[in-house]
Amino acid sequence: MSPINYVYLAALLFTIGAAGVLIRRNAIVVFMCIELMLNAANLTLVAFSRMHGNLDGQIMAFFVMVVAAAEVVVGLAIIVMLYRARHSASVDDASLMKL
Amino acid sequence: MSGLPVPMTELAATATSTGEALQFWVLGTIAVLGGLGTVLMRRAVHSALCLAGTMIILALFYLANGAYFLGVVQIVVYTGAVMMLFLFVLMLVGVSAADSLKETLKGQRWLAAGCGLGLGILLIAGIGQVSVGSFNGLAAANAQGNVPALASLLFTKYVVAFEVVGALLTVAAVGATLLTHRERVEKNKSQREQAIERVRGGKQLPPLPAPGVYARHNAVDRPALLPDGSPAELSVNPTLRSRGQIREVSAEQLARLAAVEQRTAEYHGRSAYPGPKDPGERALERAAADRAEERDDDATERGTEREEEAAK
Repeated sequence: MSPINYVYLAALLFTIGAAGVLIRRNAIVVFMCIELMLNAANLTLVAFSRMHGNLDGQIMAFFVMVVAAAEVVVGLAIIVMLYRARHSASVDDASLMKL
Repeated sequence: MSGLPVPMTELAATATSTGEALQFWVLGTIAVLGGLGTVLMRRAVHSALCLAGTMIILALFYLANGAYFLGVVQIVVYTGAVMMLFLFVLMLVGVSAADSLKETLKGQRWLAAGCGLGLGILLIAGIGQVSVGSFNGLAAANAQGNVPALASLLFTKYVVAFEVVGALLTVAAVGATLLTHRERVEKNKSQREQAIERVRGGKQLPPLPAPGVYARHNAVDRPALLPDGSPAELSVNPTLRSRGQIREVSAEQLARLAAVEQRTAEYHGRSAYPGPKDPGERALERAAADRAEERDDDATERGTEREEEAAK
């Protein structure tokens, strides 16, 4: 099996995540799709790490995970705040800057 | 993993075995299905479960590629912490909140799907242009073990990035608490103020009746029976009431109750019990009684007026 298969799989998952971000309206599901995209990128990093025979790719994937965790914490806090203000988690309802 | 007789360093080596190919095709299919489920499921909870499945499979891929530390971290951090956080917020925000079908931008869904497809074609065509050799393998890099090797890299070459990421995490934690913190604008109502408000508003003053019929049912959706055998709607939780989920006390049961009353009345030699009335009938009667009372009040008022006129 060629190592490129892992990259194909990651590309497929990334595409699915990107399409989900564009299609879905529920802010939480949009967030989950972003997570899917980040994970797909991590898969390529890990596969490249094995391809090149050094661990720098894995370190990159580790940093991506940490940044993703920070992003999830802040993003979900924003969603909770939006929900409190508008009683809806739909991204279409957040089209105005003010209440 | 541990069942294999080969040492850890030789796993994820240069050549890929047929076993790995099989693992890739089976798990890869499930991962893609999970990703599709995340996008296509109507309910956010189902999306979250699909995503958790995909993440676990990605963790298995990391393990197969010699990233043992990342594989474990993926399960602990992503499926453990991040997905739990997602589910926690879902419970907070409302599980049943489905996507609205109203289109703010016309044809946005189809355009978005087209864009996604275009991106996929572009990516896969781009990857098709590249020629990669085989794996170099991580045997040398993982020689002292995956975790020590990662640690020695992380604390030497990438130590600045590591510190910055630590600062980022701290800022994110503080930011999240700041965002979700709510300053109280008005004073909390005291118990006394609440009581006064309730009396002024003419609301129910004593505690609400408890649901359930003693010795028969104590389910919360079963209304208590009033002395005449009709169900007391107030005894059922307002949420259940507004959903219309009050379980009816069956007519058969009411009839049995009436029969018992009848027998008791006969035993004591009193006049027969008239039987339970249905709530509508009772409401009508109550309204009629109110009207009669009002008429009486009017009459007395008119009477006093007439007396006053006479006095003049």
